[in-house]
Amino acid sequence: MNLDTNQINHIRKKVLSNKVSCIKVGMATCGIAAGAQEIYDFLIEAVKKSKVDVEVRKCGCIGACYIEPIVEVKIQGLKPVTYSKVDIEAIKKIFEKHVLGKKVVTDYLIDEEGSSKQVRRVLRNCGIIDPESIDDYIGSDGYQGLIKALKSKPEDIIETLKISGLRGRGGGGFPTWMKWNFAKNISAEEKYIICNGDEGDPGAYMDRSILEGDPHAVLEGMVIGGYAIGARKGFLYIRAEYPLAVERIQKAIEQAHDYGLLGDNILDKGFNFDLEVRLGAGAFVCGEETALIASIEGKRGYPRPRPPYPSVKGLWDKPTVINNVETLANIPAIFDKGGKWFASLGSPQSKGTKVFALTGKVKRSGLIEVPMGITLQEVVFDIGGGVLNDKKIKAVQTGGPSGGVIPAQFLDTPLDYESLQNLGSIMGSGGMIVMDEDDCMVDIAKFYMRFCVDESCGKCAPCRIGTYQMLEYLKKISRGQATEDDIEKLQDICVAVQKAALCGLGQTAPNPTLSTLKYFNQEYLEHVKDRKCRAGKCARLLTYHIIPKTCKKCGACFHVCPVKAISGNKNEGYIIDNNKCIRCGKCYDTCRFNAIERK
Amino acid sequence: MKNENKVNTEVKIKNLIEKWRGIEGNLIMILHTIQNEYGYIPRQVSFELQKLLDIPLARIYEVITFYNYFKLDKPGKYIISLCMGTACYLKGAPRILNELKKVLDVEESETTADGIFHLEVVRCLGCCGLAPVLMINGKVFGKLKPEDIKALIEDYRKR
Repeated sequence: MNLDTNQINHIRKKVLSNKVSCIKVGMATCGIAAGAQEIYDFLIEAVKKSKVDVEVRKCGCIGACYIEPIVEVKIQGLKPVTYSKVDIEAIKKIFEKHVLGKKVVTDYLIDEEGSSKQVRRVLRNCGIIDPESIDDYIGSDGYQGLIKALKSKPEDIIETLKISGLRGRGGGGFPTWMKWNFAKNISAEEKYIICNGDEGDPGAYMDRSILEGDPHAVLEGMVIGGYAIGARKGFLYIRAEYPLAVERIQKAIEQAHDYGLLGDNILDKGFNFDLEVRLGAGAFVCGEETALIASIEGKRGYPRPRPPYPSVKGLWDKPTVINNVETLANIPAIFDKGGKWFASLGSPQSKGTKVFALTGKVKRSGLIEVPMGITLQEVVFDIGGGVLNDKKIKAVQTGGPSGGVIPAQFLDTPLDYESLQNLGSIMGSGGMIVMDEDDCMVDIAKFYMRFCVDESCGKCAPCRIGTYQMLEYLKKISRGQATEDDIEKLQDICVAVQKAALCGLGQTAPNPTLSTLKYFNQEYLEHVKDRKCRAGKCARLLTYHIIPKTCKKCGACFHVCPVKAISGNKNEGYIIDNNKCIRCGKCYDTCRFNAIERK
Repeated sequence: MKNENKVNTEVKIKNLIEKWRGIEGNLIMILHTIQNEYGYIPRQVSFELQKLLDIPLARIYEVITFYNYFKLDKPGKYIISLCMGTACYLKGAPRILNELKKVLDVEESETTADGIFHLEVVRCLGCCGLAPVLMINGKVFGKLKPEDIKALIEDYRKR
């Protein structure tokens, strides 16, 4: 059944006028992990038993991960209420009092703090609509952008995109209109558009939440893109580690087919376009566009030199546009509301909003969406509620293994592509990790470098060998075996790899190390000169002591010590001889009573 | 695998990959299908694929060994995936890993002697708000403390 514009609008009106009472349960991966399934099952059962006229629905993630599971109750005649940290006891109470008794339960009300500085454009539907219902999406202005876009010529679409100033949300920040324009201007029998959903950056899950919470928005963005560049086929490349996202996007594709929003003669405009899902298989390098293309072609995910860029020679050597999930999710609203509307938010060079996964040592961790140009200070303190346990903030890491560490003195930096780049970091896909005084910067650099060593594909020598050598130096420093000379050598390798590596992964791999070297040089020197780790993270630089008061004299540490540095017996207790101790930390890890301290 | 006779395997694999036959770039999707079915990619199946798809065995193995997701050995009944993403790392995942190694008496990427548990360290499960997290056969457990591990494992061992 191919629907036309009128029929879509008819569905929209029908959904909007639907005023039944409903209860929505946030059921993205994070919600389910926090116990949302149990809540959902209970509600289905309870509604059936009590025969009330209430619909129980699933929805995506509203972003407040720190207070999951989240339930929204909308009873006719009452204001909608959102409850947080809902466990089974809570939901019983809520069902009893609110759903049946029409009285709000005040104990579990969500605290709205931190939402005032956020602007939800990409996440507008996440946690609001049922991601498994196309009607729900249409009801919240879904596919209106496509309707408008298909009425205009491809050049006008590019023009609108140019006015909007949208730039790639995957990391680099390349203007989207330029990418599309390159591909559009090449005449070829076949062209492709690819959605890059290979979110491999540890500590980031924006794309997962969008795919799980609003899959149709990504689909709609791809259809518009396909029309603009003249592609008839698109691929969604999604991590296999995100099964729920894959399931929902597949369902969305089926639904769009049923409505004729994919397939032949879309919206009766004579445009044919289809989509296919391809799975990633756990290789970080496949986030790089040429490697991703190789992976879709069924090969090893090796990157290749550019140019030629994918917009000239991409998938199966055909012109190909690759956009990130968030970029594509931005597209529908641009065509529904106009390029100027989109550009009304943001800073001069970076328009619109950006979704971040705010995590680490922050009170309110979760998914946030803010206008570009907002400062880090506002994000961490006003939205995130400050540092966990009121400790002192040390730095914020953006861009994951490709990004850098921004020290606390630059918290007033506006969040846009250029400002972050000037500080030696990148916007990246949106991971934002808050670190406090207990985090050691050498340790962090080592963590990211190990990641890059594991993920280096091995094709080019600078990355394959360089990352390994950098890791060796970092290990040496963290063990207190390095000299100042080693720090210099480390820096040299960083610069060399940055210049010589073949692809983005290698070129950016030194960033976390370089930025910590730049801003926390003192800390590196302490490791080298004083053999000290001020954060107490580098095990080899600490001394271990048994606290007699907490010690239960069990003897576990005594038995585990590989060099017999612990002496004593079960009656008198134990003591560590720091002259014999090799600082392996085994006793510390073994003790069940936290009776061993290290400083 | 051993008990299944050869003809059966051939037919089974033929059916499994039918959907992807003749589609360009299908190898990775076919391997996903196989792994979904068997939990890993048995050598015997790779031999069959070589014939069915008419490609060299080396082509199949170069892809399997490149991607972390594909396994060549049969994993345990329960796969424990401990997240080592940045947020989990900062919030104590290394201590959880130590505890898991101790309780299970295995190293990373190893299966317990009784074949029940397989311990692996993964990149990011995308549940950073609940860090540190681990996943056992698709079910996610969040906000873990080292002292929770023993009970959790015992609970699964009893099943």
